[in-house]
Amino acid sequence: MTQLPLRAQLAAALGRTAATLSRMTGRGDGSVIGGRVGLLLEPDLLRRLAANRRLALVSATNGKTTTTRLITSALQELGEVATNAFGANMPAGHVTALSQAKNAPYGVLEVDEKYLPEVLDTTGAAVVCLMNLSRDQMDRAAEIWLLAKKWRRALAGRNTHVIANADDPLVAWAAMGASRVTWVSAKQRWREDSWCCPECGGPLDRKDDDWACRECPLRRPQPTWFLAENAVIDPQGRTWPLDLQLPGRANESNAAIALATAEAFGVPIERALPRIREVRSVAGRYTTVERDGRVLRLLLAKNPAGWLEAFDVSDPALPIILSVNAQVPDGRDTSWLYDVDYRVLRGRPVYVTGERRHDLALRLHVADVQFRLCPTFGDAVDALAPGKIDVIANYTAFQQIRAEFGRAV
Amino acid sequence: MPSESALRLVWIYPDLLSTYGDQGNVLVLEHRARSRGIPVETLHVRSADPVPESGDIYLLGGGEDRPQMLGAERLRRDGGLQRAADRGAVVFAVCAGYQLIGREFGGDEGQPVPGVGLLDIASGRGEKRAVGELAAEVAPELGLPTLTGFENHMGVTRLGPGVKPLSRTLVGTGNGDGTEGAYAGRIVGTYLHGPALARNPALADLLLRWVVGDLAPIDDTWYEQLRKERLAAVLS
Repeated sequence: MTQLPLRAQLAAALGRTAATLSRMTGRGDGSVIGGRVGLLLEPDLLRRLAANRRLALVSATNGKTTTTRLITSALQELGEVATNAFGANMPAGHVTALSQAKNAPYGVLEVDEKYLPEVLDTTGAAVVCLMNLSRDQMDRAAEIWLLAKKWRRALAGRNTHVIANADDPLVAWAAMGASRVTWVSAKQRWREDSWCCPECGGPLDRKDDDWACRECPLRRPQPTWFLAENAVIDPQGRTWPLDLQLPGRANESNAAIALATAEAFGVPIERALPRIREVRSVAGRYTTVERDGRVLRLLLAKNPAGWLEAFDVSDPALPIILSVNAQVPDGRDTSWLYDVDYRVLRGRPVYVTGERRHDLALRLHVADVQFRLCPTFGDAVDALAPGKIDVIANYTAFQQIRAEFGRAV
Repeated sequence: MPSESALRLVWIYPDLLSTYGDQGNVLVLEHRARSRGIPVETLHVRSADPVPESGDIYLLGGGEDRPQMLGAERLRRDGGLQRAADRGAVVFAVCAGYQLIGREFGGDEGQPVPGVGLLDIASGRGEKRAVGELAAEVAPELGLPTLTGFENHMGVTRLGPGVKPLSRTLVGTGNGDGTEGAYAGRIVGTYLHGPALARNPALADLLLRWVVGDLAPIDDTWYEQLRKERLAAVLS
């Protein structure tokens, strides 16, 4: 890396100090405040910190943090990699990540969907990974077709190498204008947001992973990478069993995108895959914690598509605790609960908690799912017999549970 | 087509007009009817398919600007919803669906777009997005308790002489003039977002009563707990 100008150096250093102070005083992990301080002193800090590094930006409504982690692991084959591992995914978090790894020649940044155009513009990242777009926290995020349109505009005519999921019509439409795209058939289970053509609004015909508009020429681009049954097929047609430690189909999708991205950076699949297989948990997700003989596996689900994935990972034989909040990072509106099909929980012991447990309770009642309401997470744990328990929580509810267990990772 | 004895719910265009939990209104109506032993048949009508005229209750959800315009255009061309409303079917529309059953609404550039014309209302784009909890006193002749819900829209709606306001806002924006929603006969529209009937079971029952007559009481514990918690959060 070339030397930063003096002001940028100072801004980055003060930001790091603020981050350290934040951690030492127990206010947070410092990922946001450090970057904010830095940007206040040098508004151009992100661009300066990004210059002369090879960066990948990772965006989606689900799987950003995990995929960022998988790509980071793979790229460590090449050398030091700067990354925002804890999900601080707006420019302040990017500044913190890059200033904490001053000399890393590579960077993998998780980027909030709304900020992708701005961060791409500022950093001039060489690679952008786009995985999925589904309904998500509508009171604070934009409508998703609008988001896809913004992505499309940001990528059009740019020299960026885009790695995109061809199976998600909104993502594919957004990525199509880019000059260089590697298409991955990464699958898409959630389809409620893509029954209509993003180009003309006509009905989309969908069969297996393929899709095409009935009224205009838009159709799924031809992928070169494919997710198959617990395996990835690369552009040479070779099949690579995934054997991930992370559970569930969604993580296999994330791994397929990560492998294609690693190859774009020059890391071949035979070197990337062993690195990806080492990842066991990501920022507390999928981790197991224990209290008084209760062994709790923590799953995060922030939106309807995420709940579908969490149910896929969850063991139907186990009791389950569900926790839902509606703070600003979660979205204040709990309407999305009605887009989750909770009927799969019928017959399971279900414990409901979180600040918006009454919303969840009614939702389950309407779905004819029996449950028990618990004022706190601790009450839910106490009410259960020792043994294995699955926990699904949305964002701030998840963070509260993690904090109870000393920020489990 | 559904059998004669069942309550027939028709969910209009889940592919275009289902942005965020709108399906909740279908689920709540189904659940409250079935809890009383009333058989229900629900039809999901995609935008490429014709709207059947023989439904009892038609539900319309929210949508982004372009799907809303496409939805309006297809419904106008199809005519099934209008014919059903003419013969007295119940229509319940939320958010973009509410605007769309009016005379006109604002398109994605703010230009007026013709609606389906079931309600004498005209909507346009406001200056500021209305996002947050809403509470409103319902028109006394409907005999319903305070409306509670969440709103998330840019719209402002002017009510014509052919409709009455559904409610008067205590908290929130609604139509933008102190009123929220509108109704005429058995056609009801509201800016309440998504699963509006989940927090307003009495409104759900009103829609059901219009079709099946008197209703037996059912256990409303969970509905009432949620209402109490939400109303306390916004009215205290």
